[in-house]
Amino acid sequence: MIWAKEETLSRQEMERLQLERLQETVNRVYERVPAYRAKMDACGIKPKDIKSLEDLKRLPFVTKQDLRDNYPFGLFAVPKEELLRIHASSGTTGKPTVVGYTKGDMDTWTECVSRIACAGGATPKDVAQICFGYGMFTGALGLHYGLENIGATIVPSSTGNSEKQIMYMKDFGTSLLVATPSYALRLAEVAREMGVDPKTDLNVKIGLVGSELLTDAMREEMHKCWGENMLVTSNYGMSELMGPGVSGECEYLCGMHINEDFFIPEIINPETGEVLPAGEWGELVITCIKKEALPLIRYRTKDITRLIYEPCKCGRTTVRMENLSGRSDDMLKIRGVNVFPSQIEEVVLSVEGLGPHYEIIVERDGYADKLSVRVELATATDSFKVLEAIEKTVKSKLKVMLGLDAKVILESPNTLARFEGKAKRVRDLRKEQK
Amino acid sequence: MTVNQVSVFIENRQGRLGEVLQVLKDNDVNILSISLADTTEYGLLRLIVNKPEHAKEVLLKAGFSSMLTEVLIIKVPHVAGALQNILAEIAKANVSIEYMYGLSVESNDASIVMKTNELSEAEAVLNNIHVNTMSSKEIEAL
Repeated sequence: MIWAKEETLSRQEMERLQLERLQETVNRVYERVPAYRAKMDACGIKPKDIKSLEDLKRLPFVTKQDLRDNYPFGLFAVPKEELLRIHASSGTTGKPTVVGYTKGDMDTWTECVSRIACAGGATPKDVAQICFGYGMFTGALGLHYGLENIGATIVPSSTGNSEKQIMYMKDFGTSLLVATPSYALRLAEVAREMGVDPKTDLNVKIGLVGSELLTDAMREEMHKCWGENMLVTSNYGMSELMGPGVSGECEYLCGMHINEDFFIPEIINPETGEVLPAGEWGELVITCIKKEALPLIRYRTKDITRLIYEPCKCGRTTVRMENLSGRSDDMLKIRGVNVFPSQIEEVVLSVEGLGPHYEIIVERDGYADKLSVRVELATATDSFKVLEAIEKTVKSKLKVMLGLDAKVILESPNTLARFEGKAKRVRDLRKEQK
Repeated sequence: MTVNQVSVFIENRQGRLGEVLQVLKDNDVNILSISLADTTEYGLLRLIVNKPEHAKEVLLKAGFSSMLTEVLIIKVPHVAGALQNILAEIAKANVSIEYMYGLSVESNDASIVMKTNELSEAEAVLNNIHVNTMSSKEIEAL
């Protein structure tokens, strides 16, 4: 089912709507946000210069640093009294980034998430258990309002207390699970430890996963744990832009449909900032064209993807973004080679006898970088041959994938850390060793 | 007759072996023989215990990768050359041995725990030369 008629507009209609909203937004921020005016003046561009969507690329970028420099409310385009809600990012490095919502923004957010949940198979009949952390993080409340708007029954169980989560699923008949992919796998593991088989003893048929990359291998692992028939879709967003609801997959699983009447996507070369032709891989840049409190223009997401303009079989005409291949932030440079943790994950998940959890350790060994990957045994064996074969398989697959030699460390089951929110699977010790 | 051996994967990390032994102690499992083979990163711990099924279950629950493996426990007379005589017969029958380690339960005998992938062939050889193996029941009673 398609939630809104805007998802099926013709390209021409969509672009007309986008231009109208872009011009209105640029006018407003130029008038109301001194930091924007200064940035635009420095580039010698005025709101009246935005005559077509092509002119978007003349506007300066906004980065996370701009949000920090203007902490907490410096980039807001409305007085504080108009805010209905404030969220903030975790701010593990430096000050958190603060975002705000007016009444209109809350409605927009609910609308956007409703569309994505609907594309992911949610219906009023669903019992939706939201296993994202409630609080300053936008994920939980974003999905909460969107799913509630659809008419689903919400179980706001948040993260933690995994045994209780399984009990709710069983007793309430949860049919839709909202979680990070890694927490979804953890929950399946806990269920099995409790003697509950998620495939046969639970009724979870829909997984709306987000806030972490969903690789094909991870999706396959989800099916192995939760059942082949589970519809697992990933959705995308970030608090700076709104939270979840920027884009999401439909049942055809061929990229995430962007809510283009609210967000204009561009793909740039992350090094030069140059806009790349349609279909090329690069950094995603998003312009919010219907936001009131924090309408970021040309926000650099640091996420690497590409845009697909071909119409989708589902009937939506909105542009799709490929499932992320990584964040330029997450990218590791090891012996001069660019490595995305998702590539290592793909290898780990493809090897028989290993569990889905892993840890990547990069350290300095003399002048060279050393890559180690810790993995968990999922089988028991009495044979060194079997253990050596697993090690060798991981090593050679990593060599093919990355062109790097890595050390593979086998661990007992349940040794590596489990995560309820975003998984932290990389330890880069080089910074400490400098 | 074969006996179930408990095999446990352990990382080469300080205290790891102690953790396995603690689990067995807490669950009242008596260890009759132990063998620890290692590489630089990890080892395989092999145990003959009085309650192998129970030991495997409690170890799994405690997060250790453990399993049961069928092995032969051969009663070897306590005289010079006894083991060599037995192994010569086994070799003649083209049965290969994966690994072996000792087990002593009485003062005047020495037993050997032997792992082979050709269990029935090995048992036939032992029968022919009138060498006895220990049963699970005997192990349980110890």
